[in-house]
Amino acid sequence: MADVAHGAAGPAPVAEHDDVELYHPKSWVTKYVFSQDAKVIAIQYSLTALAIGLVALALSWLMRMQLAFPGLLSFIDAERYYQLITMHGMIMVIYLLTALFLGGFGNYLIPLMLGARDMVFPYVNMLSFWIYFLAVMVLVAGFFVPGGPTGAGWTLYPPQAILASTPGQQWGIVIMLASLMLFIIGFTMGGLNYVVTVLQGRCRGMTLMRMPLTIWGIFTATVMALLAFPALFVGAVMMTLDRLIGTSFFMPSIIAMGERLAYRGGSPILFQHLFWFFGHPEVYIVALPAFGIVSDLISTHARKNIFGYRMMVWALVAIGALSFVVWAHHMYVSGMHPAFGFFFATTTLIIAIPTAIKVYNWILTLWRGDIHLTPPMLFALGFIVTFVNGGLTGLFLGNVVVDVPLSDTMFVVAHFHMVMGVAPILVVFGAIYHWYPKITGRMLNTALGKLHFWITFLGAYAIFFPMHYIGLMGVPRRYYEMGAMSFVPPSTVDLNIFITVVALIVGAAQLVFLFNLFWSLRRGESSGGNPWRATTLEWQTPQTPPAHGNWGKELPVVYRWAYDYSVPGAAQDFLPQNQPPEPGVTEGARP
Amino acid sequence: MIVIVAFMVVLAGFAGWWLLHQGLAAKPWLEVGIPQAADWHAPAQRPIAKLGLAAFLAVAGSLFALLVSAYFMRMGMADWRMLPMPIVLWFSTGLLMLSSLALQATVAAARRGELDGIRSGLLAAGVSALAFLAGQLLAWRELADTGYFTASNPAGAFFCLVTAIHGLHMLGGLVALCRVTTRAFVVPLGSTPQAIGALRLGVELCAIYWHFMLAVWLVLFAVMMRWTDELIAICRGLLT
Repeated sequence: MADVAHGAAGPAPVAEHDDVELYHPKSWVTKYVFSQDAKVIAIQYSLTALAIGLVALALSWLMRMQLAFPGLLSFIDAERYYQLITMHGMIMVIYLLTALFLGGFGNYLIPLMLGARDMVFPYVNMLSFWIYFLAVMVLVAGFFVPGGPTGAGWTLYPPQAILASTPGQQWGIVIMLASLMLFIIGFTMGGLNYVVTVLQGRCRGMTLMRMPLTIWGIFTATVMALLAFPALFVGAVMMTLDRLIGTSFFMPSIIAMGERLAYRGGSPILFQHLFWFFGHPEVYIVALPAFGIVSDLISTHARKNIFGYRMMVWALVAIGALSFVVWAHHMYVSGMHPAFGFFFATTTLIIAIPTAIKVYNWILTLWRGDIHLTPPMLFALGFIVTFVNGGLTGLFLGNVVVDVPLSDTMFVVAHFHMVMGVAPILVVFGAIYHWYPKITGRMLNTALGKLHFWITFLGAYAIFFPMHYIGLMGVPRRYYEMGAMSFVPPSTVDLNIFITVVALIVGAAQLVFLFNLFWSLRRGESSGGNPWRATTLEWQTPQTPPAHGNWGKELPVVYRWAYDYSVPGAAQDFLPQNQPPEPGVTEGARP
Repeated sequence: MIVIVAFMVVLAGFAGWWLLHQGLAAKPWLEVGIPQAADWHAPAQRPIAKLGLAAFLAVAGSLFALLVSAYFMRMGMADWRMLPMPIVLWFSTGLLMLSSLALQATVAAARRGELDGIRSGLLAAGVSALAFLAGQLLAWRELADTGYFTASNPAGAFFCLVTAIHGLHMLGGLVALCRVTTRAFVVPLGSTPQAIGALRLGVELCAIYWHFMLAVWLVLFAVMMRWTDELIAICRGLLT
């Protein structure tokens, strides 16, 4: 407090800002296609991610049809089913969620929320998107090559991933690995941009501890992704070599189809370590931006400052750091020294502490707030409940003795869909409803938004709650049909049909959302610059949608933190971050 | 996986130390106005470029730490056989050191504003880096001729993988070095100090990158020469 200038007379003098050279597009192509403007790149990222996400949604429909009505769709055989599973998982986790949160929201929000004109390396940023786009195209090409995409499961475990009996062994697996490597290269380019922009591109007065939690979440997740993706890269390179030139990094001596293969002495466990060293942080790479965004949605739509801002920041950083030392909890059934199992179970359970802090703080932010049940708020509330539900089953699975019997059952599928499927997707929707007015200048239709929320939210529970039960009954995951197994009660068959019907309905309900997106683009109610009366900088731009360069002639100056809602004695119930303190009012002595 | 975890701990240490100096204990809800302690300056090219490179080096460091981790894990298995290291590797190591030294001299020349020194330093660094890559190729040839690159020889495969990834990073660095060198030769002799000073950032970035790649190579070389065996044994002992 002592080192803060209270009520400095008039706005602080603005320094010269002509040192930031902004790239100015000269043609339609450089403005909308090969654009170097972070806002355009963000929309490109988001649309690509949503499009490929729709493909993954369709794949999940096909899988559900097979599980509920085996044999009804005659083109789904066991091999096809594995291909559906693999592509669904890989697309949803990497090409949809990671790309959307970091490439989409990161690109749009980082410069705007921090008062910058653009990312610090705009050209690299453009390359990042186009390499991502290429990665998606390569991935899609997998559907059309001979033998189809790989059916190795999204974890791509060797040795089966590259054995002849796995579907897509000829082309699919190579295409998948190539696409992943491209994705990682593209992401690294974008990620360096996000990190350096957060560290160097902030406007005057925007200290780290004044950044909105959205930025903290995206920033922490980006740092984690930059350090974790190399593990997947190394794994992908080594597996490509195993597959193409016959090295034995991961392939043990093995007899396949009655034939002894030339591989000798490789270690499949090595791949698992590499994969999960990436794979576990990946969960939080998706979750941390969601945490950050939810914090801002709740604070804005409950008109209350976030409870425990400092604690929220510390918790984000702590979760990020801890998530690098828990990876082997995915490998309890691969066999390991009991001491390691104990170690990884302990670290896994410790993560529950900062996560619980965040949940309590969200609830305390809501406590006696002026809650507006707008679509963004509904989705944010939906996220909290869903994340708590998914997180609690995570505590079960984090313990070795509980995990061993539950491993590879539908319980695990239900768990990770709740915690890193449904929960982040709810945030994605909430964030789109929240920031769409800034991006387009028009509101999304609220009635359609609420309809979309209730079908999606209740539907997700109708899908995944029974799935826990099916898992507890012992139904294994990855089986394309159960046949007549005595330990599986007939009730699971009925439940499978129920789940599939709901899944079809929920999937179709997303058409409401898509319709809303396109309809509101032209017909939506005009939003003005700050429809939610929010404090953060992106709502204070001179134009809506923000023009190239974001801020007109002068960069904004930040005088306060991002959560000045319902400040006692203030004229309105929010004080934007760039609003100077009134002279003579000692706001520093605020209760 | 000890190596990568150790690498992460070091990074976390840096990050934690840095964060502690960022006022993480501030109470932003009580503080209105512009903090006087924060010496804000408009985004400038120099710190941005250096920070960007540093962040990239952290990513590259993570990549190599993972490779070394994998190498150690594979080395611990029963059927591991050593690779006879080609003598030429010693020469290429020397060449890479020379290259790094030349770039350091170039940085000094750029600080003094001597265009001659910059040009010759950049050329010397580029040529010796190319010679280093040629040395690596010779090493590959030698191992291939003696039959160590059969698919089922894990040591050979690891050697190939590690040197290839390091070499690719060197090639990427050479592209940047080429661009800086071209710029240095476009600037006419006897230019103003400003024109020469504009080269300095590029030269410094190349030098940092070169030193980093040298350090990585020295670690890889030490691991492949098995000088680190005792270290590994100690680590294993600590864990079990």
